[in-house]
Amino acid sequence: MSAPTAEPPGLVHPGLPTPPPPPPRLRSRRLPYLLLLPALAWLAIFFVVPTITLFSTSLQTGSIYEGYALTFSFSNYLDAWSRFWPQMLRSLLYAGAATVLALLIAYPLAYTMAFKAGRWRNVLLILVIAPFFTSFLIRTLAWKTILADNGIVVEVLNALRITDVLSAIGLTTDDRILATPLAVITGLTYNFLPFMILPLYATLERLDVRLIEAASDLYASPFAAFRKITLPLSMPGLVAGTLLTFIPACGDYINAQLLGSMPATAMIGNVIDAQFLRVLAYPTAAALSFTLMVGVVAIVSMYVRRAGTERLL
Amino acid sequence: MTLLQAGPAKAARPRRSPLGWLREHIVLIAGLAALAYLLIPNVVVVVLSFNRPAGRFNYSWNEFSVNAWTDPCSVAGLCEALGLSLRIAVLSTLAAVVLGTLAAFALTRHRFRGRGGTNVLIFFPMATPEVVMGSSLLALFVNAAIVPLGFWTILIAHIMFLLSYVIVTVKARLAVLDPRLEEAAMDLYADERTTFWRVTFPLALPGIVAAALLAFALSFDDFIITNFNAGSEVTFPMFVWGAAQRGMPPQVNVIGTMMFVAALAAVIIGQFAGRRRRMR
Repeated sequence: MSAPTAEPPGLVHPGLPTPPPPPPRLRSRRLPYLLLLPALAWLAIFFVVPTITLFSTSLQTGSIYEGYALTFSFSNYLDAWSRFWPQMLRSLLYAGAATVLALLIAYPLAYTMAFKAGRWRNVLLILVIAPFFTSFLIRTLAWKTILADNGIVVEVLNALRITDVLSAIGLTTDDRILATPLAVITGLTYNFLPFMILPLYATLERLDVRLIEAASDLYASPFAAFRKITLPLSMPGLVAGTLLTFIPACGDYINAQLLGSMPATAMIGNVIDAQFLRVLAYPTAAALSFTLMVGVVAIVSMYVRRAGTERLL
Repeated sequence: MTLLQAGPAKAARPRRSPLGWLREHIVLIAGLAALAYLLIPNVVVVVLSFNRPAGRFNYSWNEFSVNAWTDPCSVAGLCEALGLSLRIAVLSTLAAVVLGTLAAFALTRHRFRGRGGTNVLIFFPMATPEVVMGSSLLALFVNAAIVPLGFWTILIAHIMFLLSYVIVTVKARLAVLDPRLEEAAMDLYADERTTFWRVTFPLALPGIVAAALLAFALSFDDFIITNFNAGSEVTFPMFVWGAAQRGMPPQVNVIGTMMFVAALAAVIIGQFAGRRRRMR
């Protein structure tokens, strides 16, 4: 089994063979640097410098009227955490729930596309990418119609008494779905689902079917064959898909704003947006942004390491 | 495929009960349900574009009307926002594809000091939540105060976040190119320039086109980063966001439907053209 990809960009295209070594003839020692220079300069000026600026802003004190001064006040962080820890926790919970749901929904579809679709495979692929073509904000707003209080979904769930169960665990309130955590999680799952489906499909499509056949020849039940063969071999796609879902879901504030209710379902993105653009409390907003960035990087690297070691076992 | 077929046992005891049928097709059913989950919002968008909403918000069906279709630009600001989004998407895609393709060639075709570090730097923007990138760029633009917030800051921000996606996509294509094809060209006395333009570039082109399409879609649809850096400019997603607070006209759905149909047509035509070329 291949070792976990050490090279992070490989995550986006799992299952691709490792690049062949570059041609031996090196035209010029300077050429690669010249080719890289424009892109790297752009990233340095507009990504690295802003990140440093953000960190420095998070340590400043002052106000928008008197101006800010860098005072290395790490208390900004303690202050921001103590005020906004519920929103941080909520972001992790919602993003985590959406990632798990997206995985459960995406896997059967990716599996169908890879093994069962036959000549319909390309049609299915287009249908999976098709939603991208309409602006995601318009599609998110369509969920307002689907989950509306007197709509079919709510009526059916009410008739089946499922809303009672959902409200018992705090996902919905008052027999409605809109403006509840469930609506936000539904929207997050929906918005990032293609990012889960496509990497999963890419790995499953390359999976050697003969391995599964061998398993069933050796009297493995369909479930055992799935657990021992298909699932482990699809791990690269699974890891890439969960990351591509979890990372943007953590910082998202669109779904919480449009489908949830403020402030009950506010996520950390809503707080950062409000602190930056409306409250104009730049140091607090910067401290929260930086916390989110470091938190996401920490969770991602822990997860990649764990998934990687599990794959080797 | 083999997973759900019971193999020899199937012939011995034919399961015709509804439960058995369900068990055999459960994965397919789940897959189609997932597809429905993915597509139902698009259907809602199309249906509501033919609606005459009862109030300011076009969220529930009232009565059939083609008014929004006959005059989509009648809503103040809508088509201006659409135009701005298209301009930004075209320009940022062009810039990101040129810069990104150069970088992708450097990263796959050359071995040099700092290659690993460069890959990490390219990966970082993709691992950073948009709200962090948007707010940090805003902090830079406000602190440095060289460029006023507006068209140019949106463009700068878009090129920045598109670069990583372009580099990764083009790199993926270059990585699977067979280096022997270039060696063959050189063996046949093509010089480096001829080899590049007659062999390498045409082979890399599908990857570059894919990167351009992805970049265009990402730029056109971006809201979070744009919203932080747009100043008083309004892109199409920002218009929709504003409409969601003030009143949602069905014209927004019309534009959404048009985009959907146009892109779908482009993909299908592309598929057919590709098949034709392969047959010839």
